[in-house]
Amino acid sequence: MKRNSKFVSNLITYGIVIAAWLICSFWMGNGMSSSLKAMLVPICCYVVLAISLNLTVGISGELSLGHAGFMAIGAFTGAILSTWIIAAFPEMNKDLVLTLAVVGGGVTTMIAGALIGIPVLRLRGDYLAIVTLAFGEIIRNILNMFYFSLDGSRLFGSFGNPNIPGKMIYNGAMGIKGVKMLAHFNAGVLLILFALAVVLNLINSRSGRAIMATRDNRIAAESVGINITKYKMMAFVTSAALAGMAGALYANNFYSIQSSKFNVDTSIQILVFVVMGGIGNMRGTVIATTLLYLLPELLRDFSQYRMLIYAIMLILVMVLGNNPLLRNLWMNINPFRKPLKRRAKADE
Amino acid sequence: MVYFLSNLVNGITLGSVYAMIALGYSMVYGIAKMLNFAHGDVIMVGAYVCFCAVQYWNLPPAAAVLVSMIVSTLLGVLIEGLAYRPLRQATSLAVLITAIGVSYLLQNLALLIWGATPVIFSSVVPDFKVRLLGGDLIITSAAIFTVLAAVAVMIALTLFVSRSRTGKAMRAVSEDRGAAELMGISVNRTISVTFAIGSALAAVAGVLLCSTYPTLTPTTGSLPGIKAFTAAVFGGIGSIPGAMLGGLLLGLIEIFGRSYISSELGDAIVFAVLIIVLLVRPTGLLGKPIREKV
Repeated sequence: MKRNSKFVSNLITYGIVIAAWLICSFWMGNGMSSSLKAMLVPICCYVVLAISLNLTVGISGELSLGHAGFMAIGAFTGAILSTWIIAAFPEMNKDLVLTLAVVGGGVTTMIAGALIGIPVLRLRGDYLAIVTLAFGEIIRNILNMFYFSLDGSRLFGSFGNPNIPGKMIYNGAMGIKGVKMLAHFNAGVLLILFALAVVLNLINSRSGRAIMATRDNRIAAESVGINITKYKMMAFVTSAALAGMAGALYANNFYSIQSSKFNVDTSIQILVFVVMGGIGNMRGTVIATTLLYLLPELLRDFSQYRMLIYAIMLILVMVLGNNPLLRNLWMNINPFRKPLKRRAKADE
Repeated sequence: MVYFLSNLVNGITLGSVYAMIALGYSMVYGIAKMLNFAHGDVIMVGAYVCFCAVQYWNLPPAAAVLVSMIVSTLLGVLIEGLAYRPLRQATSLAVLITAIGVSYLLQNLALLIWGATPVIFSSVVPDFKVRLLGGDLIITSAAIFTVLAAVAVMIALTLFVSRSRTGKAMRAVSEDRGAAELMGISVNRTISVTFAIGSALAAVAGVLLCSTYPTLTPTTGSLPGIKAFTAAVFGGIGSIPGAMLGGLLLGLIEIFGRSYISSELGDAIVFAVLIIVLLVRPTGLLGKPIREKV
C-alpha cells in the first residue's frame, strides 16, 4: 500500500513535467513570445539543478553552497566538448553531439564531485556548508586559469599559460566564446525527466532509505551498520553529476559564457528554489523553480528587486515555517495533510 | 628584503582586520551555536554608515566611527531578535538558511540605498606615513591604527569576558545553555549582548578595512566575512585569542600567497587553508576538543 502510494505520487510528478512539455510545445507553435522561448532551456537547467541540490540538502541533509561550482565544471566541459566535436566531426548528428556534451559534462563533474566529496563529507553542519562555499569559489578561481584552443580539429589545453596554438575558444576569465547553441527545449525536458527518474528511484531504494536514515540520526544509522560515508558520498556524487549535466546543457544554450556567472549568488538562487519548493520535496522543487524563474523575468520592472525578494522569502519561510503555532494551524487546515502518527513520549 | 617586510606589514594589517571580524563570528558561534552568515554584511553596513557620516553629515572621524558602531550594534540586535530568535529550537539547517537570507537582504538593501557603483572611502585615520630602512619601507597610518585597534579590542574583550558579570553569563551560556538558564541567566539577553558586541566590532573592522582598501560596494563585506570565519575556525572557534591568532595567520598567508605564489589564486589559497585545517584539526589551533554525546 505504502509503496503503491509513492509510485502514484512519482507518476504525478512525471505527469506534471510531461503536461508542461506538451503545453509549451503547442504554445511554441502558436505565438509564444520570443523572450519566453529564450527562457525555456534555462528553466529546464535550473529545474535539474534544483532537483540535484534538493538531493543533497533535503535527502542527505547537508547544506551545500557550492552547487554553482559543479554547474560551472559541467558547463565548460560541455561547451568545449561540443565545440570540439563539431570541429572534428562536422557531419555528426547535432543531438548526438549535445548528448555527448551533456554526458561528458556529467562525468567530469562526477569525478570532481567525488574528489571534493572525500574531504567535505567528513565535516558536518555549518562547517560543511562553508567548505562547499569555499570549494565553489576555488573551482571558479581554478577555471579562470585554464586555456583551450582549437587548431583545425585538434584541441589544445593548458593551465596558466595562454600561449597555445590555434584559435582560442576558452580564454581563462574571459570564458568560452563561439558555442554552437545546440540546446533545445525537448532536450531540457528529457534531462528533467532523467534527473527525476534518477533521484526518485534513488530515494525509494534501499540506498535512499540508508541516506535518509543517516540524515535523521547519524549515530543511530551508524550503529545499525549503515556505512555513512558511502551513502553520503552516493548522494553527493549523484547530485554533482546531475548539476554538471544541467550546466552542460545550460552552456550549450548561449553563444558565450564566463565563469563569473557561476558565483555564490547562483548557488544561493538554486538554494532558494529548493527551500521554496520544499526541502526534500521534488515535485515542489520543479514547480517552485519554474514559477520563481518566470516571475521576475515577466515583471520586468521588478527584476532589480529579485535577490531582495528571494532573501525576504528565505527568511519568512524559515521563520514562519518553524513557528510551532503556525505549523499546527497549517496541519489542521491543510486538505492534503498526512495522518499524524502518534509519537512516543520520549520523542518530545 | 624590503619586499618581504612590506608584505609582512600588509599581512599583519589585513590579519588584524580579519581578527576583529573573526572575534564577532567566534563569539556568536561559541554562545549562540550558529554561524552568523550576515556578519560580513554588517561590516559593509558599518563602513557605509561611516562613509555617509563623514561625507554628508560632516561629522569628525571619531564621531563617525561611533555613529557607525551604534548603527551596526542596533542592526545586529535587530537581526538577532527578528530572524534568529524565533529559530532557537529549529534545526541548524533552518538557522543557516535564514542567516544566508539575512546576508542577502542586507546586501540588496545596500544596493537599493547606495547603488552598485563603488564609492571611494576617505580614510578616517589621520594621514601620515612612517618611513623605515632609509625610506624604502612605508608603513601607512591606517596600518598602524588597524593593528593598535585590534590589540586594544582583544585586550578589552578578554577582560570583559573573564572579569565582568555579563562575560561570566556569556561563558556559562556557551558552556551549557540549559544549565545556565536554570541558574537564572537570561539566555536571550546574553545572546543579544553577544550580537551587539560582535556587530560593534564589525563596524570598526569595516571602517579599518575600507581605510586600507578604499573601494566600498554592497558586496565588500561578504568575502572578508567568509575569510574571517576561516580565521575563526583556524584559531579555534569560540576562543578569543584563537580568533586573533587565526586572523593574523590568515592575513599573512593571503598576502604572501598573493605575492609569492599567484595573485589570481589568492582566495583559493585562503580557502584551501580552511579545508586543510578542518580536516587535520577541526577544533582549530587553540580550540578545545568537542566530545560527542549520544
